[in-house]
Amino acid sequence: MQALTNRAKQVERAQMSFIEQLYLWNILKGMFITFGHMFKKQPTIRYPEQKREFSPVFRGLQVLNRDEEGRENCTACGLCAVACPAEAITMEAAERLPGEEKLYKEEKYAAKYEINMLRCIFCGLCEEACPKDAIYLSETFTPADYARKNFIYKKNDLLIPNPVTDPKGFADARGSKVIRTSK
Amino acid sequence: MTILAFDWILLVEKLILIAIIIFASLGIALYTTFAERKVAAILQDRPGPNRAGPFGLFQPLADGLKLITKEEIIPTDSNKILFILGPGLAMTAALMTCAVVPWGGTIEVFGRHVALQIADVNIGMLYVFAVVSMGVYGVMIGGWASNNKFSLMAALRGASQAISYELAMGLSLIALIMLTGSLSLKTIVEQQVGHVWNIVYQPLGFLLFFICALAECNRTPFDLPEAENELNFGYHQEYSSMKLGFYLFSEYINMFISSTIMATMYFGGYDLPFVHVANPNIAAIVGIIVLMVKVVMFIFLFMWIRWTIPRFRYDQLMTLGWKKLIPIALANLLLTGFVILLKQNHWHF
Repeated sequence: MQALTNRAKQVERAQMSFIEQLYLWNILKGMFITFGHMFKKQPTIRYPEQKREFSPVFRGLQVLNRDEEGRENCTACGLCAVACPAEAITMEAAERLPGEEKLYKEEKYAAKYEINMLRCIFCGLCEEACPKDAIYLSETFTPADYARKNFIYKKNDLLIPNPVTDPKGFADARGSKVIRTSK
Repeated sequence: MTILAFDWILLVEKLILIAIIIFASLGIALYTTFAERKVAAILQDRPGPNRAGPFGLFQPLADGLKLITKEEIIPTDSNKILFILGPGLAMTAALMTCAVVPWGGTIEVFGRHVALQIADVNIGMLYVFAVVSMGVYGVMIGGWASNNKFSLMAALRGASQAISYELAMGLSLIALIMLTGSLSLKTIVEQQVGHVWNIVYQPLGFLLFFICALAECNRTPFDLPEAENELNFGYHQEYSSMKLGFYLFSEYINMFISSTIMATMYFGGYDLPFVHVANPNIAAIVGIIVLMVKVVMFIFLFMWIRWTIPRFRYDQLMTLGWKKLIPIALANLLLTGFVILLKQNHWHF
């Protein structure tokens, strides 16, 4: 029969010779291979001391954005919650009262905004869905915690630092150096 | 007055020696576990345990503490006496072997000549064999008493493996004993000191002995009684806490002792070739260090093999033992006997 490819190899089913049955030569060959591995470079990253660089497109922990004047971008339209395939996002909207113009960018804002980090799959669809550039995924990951309830991140946990009062924190959160510590 | 005529200082001397050797064996076994993990890691391009203390050196202490403080579980349907006896027996058998090993020459303390050997029995090698064979009872009883199918299977495997490989081991040793003409380990070492090591006369015998030692210690590729992935850790599956610790420890002590026996029988024991130290005390200490270096090299070889080759299948194990090793050992025996006979009849070659 014509072979389909030229990669087919005839399997040898001959009995092993007495020397082969002692396995010694093959074991020695194997031992030289493992010995060679003693001098190879370890690819290990020693985590708490060393950290792996994230790629710029890494999808990590969500951040709720503010504009340059420190006003929250989110208008609680709910598109992120609709887009979320894991149904991790819930929110409650509220109307901006007179005198709150410095806090919220538009007339409606999120009074309550929660992301369940145990449900979130970090797909980034909320970021894609947002028409107001209010939510984006940063280059960090959710820190470990001891209780499940601590993984439901409230608005305060998610909000980016205010650029007016804390410009350095804002810049760090914007850039690639944001490091969140456990609450 | 006869009781006072007894050499009491000898008793004290031996007791101190026994204590030192038992604690040293335990300490070495403790750190062999650490070495095993480090060697495994290095052979697999990993750093290995490095968190507890500098270079992870306190890791075995943490492991020991964990084992001691864990809950002790004795299964309801197990045979309780045998269940406890199993690990105890394994540990006792492992520790008893070191009684006849000569750890060094003789040191002089307060005008007394103290031999660095607990007992210079003139049938030392037979004693080692007897005690090592007892070690299989630890596996058997543990596996049987657990009342668990996997454990029982493992115990059966362990017993048949130990019995099969003891034969080849004994045959390979008989060839050596024919050369040395003595079963005392002390005499065997003294014959090698300043002369050629026995490995030169018995390379094949050593190879056989080494393979059988691997099997006797239940080390890979002969770790069928444990077989993590088919028998769920085999005979110590139901064990927890320090009883499990005893099994693991006895395995490492066995490894240490069989390395010592191999170094003593085939590699000159405490003999450092081409160097002669005049002071007997310093010579004895150098001897201990030399023996330890040889032992460490053997232990490394054990680990190197463990992290290189996979486990044998049961039928392969039996074929290798009965159809390969025993005929080769017999041929080796015959050849050695033939050469000795020629020598005795004044043949020169």
